[in-house]
Amino acid sequence: MSEFHLYMAQRLSALVMAPFVLVHIGVMIYAIQGGLSAAEILGRTQGSVFWFLFYGMFVVAVSIHAAIGLRTILSEWAGLRGSALNITALAIGAILFAMGAQAVYAVTATGAA
Amino acid sequence: MSTKGPQVTVTVQRGGPEGPGRKQQFQVPAYGSQTVLDVVSWIQQNADPTLTYRFACRVGMCGSCAMMVNGVPRWTCRTHVSKVLQDGAMELAPLRSLPVIKDLAADMDPFFDKWVSAEALHHPTASRDDPIAPIDPDAPERVTASAGIECINCAVCYAACDTVANNPDYLGPAALQRAWTLYNDSRDGAHGAILDAVTGTGGCQSCHSMGSCTAYCPNGLDPLSAIAGLKRAATRRFFGKGKG
Repeated sequence: MSEFHLYMAQRLSALVMAPFVLVHIGVMIYAIQGGLSAAEILGRTQGSVFWFLFYGMFVVAVSIHAAIGLRTILSEWAGLRGSALNITALAIGAILFAMGAQAVYAVTATGAA
Repeated sequence: MSTKGPQVTVTVQRGGPEGPGRKQQFQVPAYGSQTVLDVVSWIQQNADPTLTYRFACRVGMCGSCAMMVNGVPRWTCRTHVSKVLQDGAMELAPLRSLPVIKDLAADMDPFFDKWVSAEALHHPTASRDDPIAPIDPDAPERVTASAGIECINCAVCYAACDTVANNPDYLGPAALQRAWTLYNDSRDGAHGAILDAVTGTGGCQSCHSMGSCTAYCPNGLDPLSAIAGLKRAATRRFFGKGKG
């Protein structure tokens, strides 16, 4: 994958993330207004295909976006080059995806209502 | 030399390609309308003839005399000492991000090699036997190209750019701006090759839009917008639109 393809992947993942961020923050603020408990929130998200897809796509976009951004920072600030740079960036993307996927699974897929 | 009258304290970075050497301090007589290049020339002619620096035209056309003045890249022939003095002193060093030949003379080879890497060179579509192509100076693409053609290759933007400083592959603002002017030139016959070159390793996508190039360009050019133009053109091509 060329540097320009990484650039496009980062821009497109940002495009995907932008509405997700707004909805995520908006719903968070809305959800705590009435003093919702964790159990009540989980009751609405678990088993929900909508929230699974919403946060599932969010996690994929974040993993791509952050890994490419950190790849650039590691290259320019830490001087990483070549395969050391690419393997580190891939590992960052994989770790972010694994952590995010675990959270999405816990919040939306387990204990279906 | 006389040391009477107002003086300017000038610290000069000496040394060669092996790395920065000692800093040397000079007391230089201050004159009205004195330029930084005047100061450097005074040192070379009156205090230390071994001081190496580069200049040619002295009127801001040739792009030879750029160096770091108090940590900022400037064309020294058009920079008045009175505008840059800090507490009556100034510090001179060779242009940042380029190898040093000696003292204040930077090696410009990497800078110009990157112009070639960016395909920032004319790709002819006609020979001298063809009639001269009519160019409408008001055509939008020509206006875009004309905005960037007064570059004097001084490398001030290159030395000002933090991305150049941190990414040795980055082609830099001057080469990319030149590529952008040719991409918008109807007489250039390789717009696709230009886009290929400026989207390769260290291409326009490496720019973080910090804008030091535009802020420091002594000719008031706007390489930042030129690079943004290349990004847009490359993105259009990515989606199968536009030319090239």
